[in-house]
Amino acid sequence: MTRIDDNPTGGRAAVTVRGLVKHYGETKALDGVDLDVREGTVMGVLGPNGAGKTTLVRILSTLITPDSGRATVAGYDVVRQPRQLRRVIGLTGQYASVDEKLPGWENLYMIGRLLDLPRKEARARADELLERFSLTEAARRPASTYSGGMRRRLDLAASMIGRPAVLYLDEPTTGLDPRTRNEVWDEVRTMVGEGVTVLLTTQYMEEAEQLASELTVVDRGKVIANGGIEELKAKVGGRTLRVRPADPLELRPLAAMLDELGITGLATTTVDAERGSLLVPILNDEQLTAVVGAVTARGITIASITTELPSLDEVFLSLTGHRASAPQDARSAAPEEVAV
Amino acid sequence: MSAATATAPVLEGQADARITLRGHLRHTGALIRRNLLWIRQDPESMFDALLMPIVFTLLFVYVFGGSIGQALGGGQERYVQYVIPGMLAMMSMTLSQGVGTGFSQDFNSGVMDRFRSLPIGRGSVLFAKVAVELARMLFSTVILMVVAVLVGFHITHWMGLLATVGLAALFASSIMWIFLTLGVVLKNAQSVQAMGFLVLFPLQFGSSIFAPPTSMPGWLQHFTDYNPLSTLADSARALMTGGPVGHSVWLTVGWSVAITVVMAPVAIHKFRTKS
Repeated sequence: MTRIDDNPTGGRAAVTVRGLVKHYGETKALDGVDLDVREGTVMGVLGPNGAGKTTLVRILSTLITPDSGRATVAGYDVVRQPRQLRRVIGLTGQYASVDEKLPGWENLYMIGRLLDLPRKEARARADELLERFSLTEAARRPASTYSGGMRRRLDLAASMIGRPAVLYLDEPTTGLDPRTRNEVWDEVRTMVGEGVTVLLTTQYMEEAEQLASELTVVDRGKVIANGGIEELKAKVGGRTLRVRPADPLELRPLAAMLDELGITGLATTTVDAERGSLLVPILNDEQLTAVVGAVTARGITIASITTELPSLDEVFLSLTGHRASAPQDARSAAPEEVAV
Repeated sequence: MSAATATAPVLEGQADARITLRGHLRHTGALIRRNLLWIRQDPESMFDALLMPIVFTLLFVYVFGGSIGQALGGGQERYVQYVIPGMLAMMSMTLSQGVGTGFSQDFNSGVMDRFRSLPIGRGSVLFAKVAVELARMLFSTVILMVVAVLVGFHITHWMGLLATVGLAALFASSIMWIFLTLGVVLKNAQSVQAMGFLVLFPLQFGSSIFAPPTSMPGWLQHFTDYNPLSTLADSARALMTGGPVGHSVWLTVGWSVAITVVMAPVAIHKFRTKS
């Protein structure tokens, strides 16, 4: 029996998952997943389409039941105590799950009432959350007239009505433009600041790095890596600094200089002759400062310096030796599952 | 802002598993409000409830009224007295279909996931649908009665009218559980409608709604005798225009209770287990 306070990583566990299995016909959507999310942290679940991320979230929000394995959220068992569990969670799905025919305010008021808030309190909470998610002006318009970002914000607001202890964000920024994505990220950070535990699924390494403190990488229903973001970044190379001198002839001397400099833990640089630039794998801010300092001290003209994050594909390549596999989308392989 | 202080996670809170009766009523009320707001947002959705009693009454009274009325030993006026209670029975079934179509649309949007991840009784979503459809039906009934009086219908027992409306609502709510089940099981609104049409058409015409079954072949008469639409139409006739009220009322109540007892748990179960 796994009790939640047996969590080896320290800190109380908000979510504990042990050996979770879920089949859809022949497809194994989850194939023995283990996961621990500590209270007050953001756990990123990173994986390609069809890796089982949504299935995991659906089990943890009691929408479907697992075939085997155990999961508890805030100490409540997903199978045996679904009602208690539903009281402490908030869910934001891949597609904004708000009633599009209803105005924003009515959406929030309805959920407040469904969460047993008295009328007055439900009204106040709806006003407060609309204000906070900058939707006050659109409060009386049907959600169908909202932009993608507004809908996503309304969805987040709806998830926050019950002041959940654990919040699931299932690919919260998929399909959003970069500006809107940044808005959603800011909102998520604010919520985390208030002490909410977040389980975030994403296809983007960048999103995980922006929001999560710990990361679980899943592929084909299995966990293929987990740990702190920094730890995993060290494994997969983290950021890459791309330095492009104005004169391509400076490339090799520059590379030699950096390799000889002996900056702590700095990996070997590589020369990308095709694009006339130098690639330096960076693990932390100290390394970044040291490298940029050394490059500028050399006194040559630099055309550009940029940092790049590894793509999901590169993360997978370094973790598993194969490319991110999406043989089939879990949903299309499971016709009985409705669109989320 | 109060959110900052009050969001302190209650990881060991003693969340209560039980939902009280008041809780159920509150949840159902919130969902009824939602469905009523839909109507306000989209008033066209009331067109069928508004037009059906008008169109069908005029059609049947003026197209078949003369000839069927003659067979009844009168004329068109005689047929009005016969068919209006039948119309009430017909509408109670036809309008019940709406509960299934609206429901499957609901399911295709993510909002159902949100409802099902909230600590509410899963039946609340269904009860709210039934309540709103019954309100729509009541609206239709008022229209029907206005048209009926305009084409010359005499209500001899006003209490009987109330009893009829109650009986029709009871029967309609039982039928709604069938369409709710279809709404959950079938993929889209169109297939619910197509299925509904296939079931409704024979039931409505193989009944005493539009014409007395006395001239029908024996096997069909056996069917019409026990067809709940016949028993409802016969009850409505007896209650509103006088006549022996008796086993047709009890048969209708029996049918309604039986259908509800079987189909309501099926609908709720299908809803609960739909993944």
